[in-house]
Amino acid sequence: MNLLQQLRLGFRSLLLHKLRSALAVLGILIGVTAVIWLVAMGEGVSFQAQQQIKDLGATSIIVRSVKPTEDSDLGGGSRTGIAYGLLREDYDRLLTNVPTIREAVPMREISREVRQREFSVDAQLIGCTPTYFEINRLAIARGRPLSDTDLERYDNVAVLAHEVAQRLFPIEDPLGRAVLVGDDFYVVVGIAAPRTAAAAIGGSFAARQYDRDVYVPISTFRARIGDRVFTVRGGTFQNETVELNQITAVVDDVRHVDSTAEIIRNLLARYHKVNDYAIVVPKELLEQAETMRTMFNVLLLLIAGISLLVGGIGIMNIMLATVTERTREIGIRRALGATKGEIVRQFLWETVVLSGTGGLLGVACGFLCGPTVAAVREGIRAFLPDMWASLPATIRQLEPLLAPWSIVAAFGISVGVGIVFGIYPARRAANMDPIEALRHE
Amino acid sequence: MSDGTRTTAPDIVASVRDVSKVYELGGQPVKALDGVSIDFRQGDFVAIMGSSGSGKSTLLNLLGCLDRPTSGQYVLAGRDVARLDDEALSRVRGRYLGFVFQSYNLIQQLTVVENIEVPLAYRRPPLPGGRELCLRLARVVGLSGRLDHRPNQLSGGQQQRVAIARALVNNPHVLLADEPTGNLDTATSVEIMDLLDALNRAGRTIVMVTHEPDIAARAKRVVRLRDGRVASITENPRPAGSG
Repeated sequence: MNLLQQLRLGFRSLLLHKLRSALAVLGILIGVTAVIWLVAMGEGVSFQAQQQIKDLGATSIIVRSVKPTEDSDLGGGSRTGIAYGLLREDYDRLLTNVPTIREAVPMREISREVRQREFSVDAQLIGCTPTYFEINRLAIARGRPLSDTDLERYDNVAVLAHEVAQRLFPIEDPLGRAVLVGDDFYVVVGIAAPRTAAAAIGGSFAARQYDRDVYVPISTFRARIGDRVFTVRGGTFQNETVELNQITAVVDDVRHVDSTAEIIRNLLARYHKVNDYAIVVPKELLEQAETMRTMFNVLLLLIAGISLLVGGIGIMNIMLATVTERTREIGIRRALGATKGEIVRQFLWETVVLSGTGGLLGVACGFLCGPTVAAVREGIRAFLPDMWASLPATIRQLEPLLAPWSIVAAFGISVGVGIVFGIYPARRAANMDPIEALRHE
Repeated sequence: MSDGTRTTAPDIVASVRDVSKVYELGGQPVKALDGVSIDFRQGDFVAIMGSSGSGKSTLLNLLGCLDRPTSGQYVLAGRDVARLDDEALSRVRGRYLGFVFQSYNLIQQLTVVENIEVPLAYRRPPLPGGRELCLRLARVVGLSGRLDHRPNQLSGGQQQRVAIARALVNNPHVLLADEPTGNLDTATSVEIMDLLDALNRAGRTIVMVTHEPDIAARAKRVVRLRDGRVASITENPRPAGSG
């Protein structure tokens, strides 16, 4: 019997019990669909995470100032005024002492209300250099970025993030107009293109939002705002002195990232008695994310594998019933010359047809993952707006990514399940005594 | 095919020599066959008779290579098949033997022509033009009009005709029939016996188990078994209904 005949025979035997076969197929279908969907969702989530980390730059090393914990010895600080964080000296030291650093950007930031006539925005005022835009892949939609001349001349110029510009200038063109920060006016020279949030860097920082930023030259920042910031907390004045909030160093080659991070760590440790900074290496984050992704996939495969196992048991159950029912047919075929091997093959093919059909249909349903997720998302947005608002961004933005390997694996596993769970019933069929089988009613 | 397995007469297609079959029943050995020896010549038509428990079913199972004798020799198509393993026995059944059963034993989900084709599926190497052969055999047994029918759409006699066609498809050395008319009414029994007669006249060797004397009367020879032994072998001088 050739392959085509075997398959045809398998189909026809299964069609004798349509409902029973359909239920067995359904078991496998659900398993295969589960594999494909779960992997696609997992891939989608981790793709998002990786994209956010990649936005930080694979060759970057980010050093941030961190306010030391209360009980730390602040060395010269007092209860009402503390100085901590990265120093401008640190920036110079990094640039002069670490040869693998191609460029570095110092950054100072503070929350400030920015006003324009009756409009105001609680913005994040960022003091930086022109390189900051390039390193953070901030595109300028209109106007120009900050320039070296701005820095040299301590100019009061600003580049607005897209959303800030929209809220301060709902109607007018912001370019060339002035915005007010505290008592100082800044002339808007450029508007940044919209940009999605980058990954949270380190455990202590929230995802970096770019849509509330107002960029000014770091020299101007120092001159107008200074290092010391006063805040009123619990009725008492507090002041914090921070020279730099962040230094982003770009390494010349991705292979030098790990060693450079180590050098920076040692260098800073020599000058900082208190642990008032944190080093974030996006490449390490990426590697962590990669490990997470693998673990996630293994977990999902395990869950999906269990459902396939259940489907396989269903198939075995049905094949055992089939074999018992068709004892007479087995006896006839044996009498007419079929060997045990040929009987095994016949029933094995039947199981494989069963599980393979489930597998194919499961793959077809797997392709529906994207549209289904989109439909569910639109449904929630349209009919359950409150629930929609409470969903985390990861879920709201989730785009399942069909992984080709998961489709191949799911189908392969389903056929494999058919073979594994078909062998016992098939062998049971083949090992029947033909004389007994022929007498079977 | 060693020398010891060669039969002396060239026209003997099957022969059992001193064959015994012992079953264990409740720890007690039971002799179902006890030293049976019969030769079947080319073109023979043998009816095996005997009361229930006489060993005729056991003998038919041995002749059909569905079972192996405890001792003795069974030479089929020139070789001793009594000690072959299961796979080799399957091949021998498919290649040299044709079966006709009392309850027809057609496969219900297959059509008439597909049922006739079943033995071809297990033939090594495959027979070219198998489908044409099946159509011709369906015509021979008078069923060319019902090729696409299922067994449950046929009468008992028609089903038995399908079974006979199926038994012939591999051109067997011996056609084994187990009570071929046992489930049929008298008129249909006569038709089926006429068909077997015709096949036999065309040279087919037929071994038939029956307990009906008038059916046995249509064979050339009648072997009577009693308690696992051959009680008598009688020639029917002029088989009834062959004139």
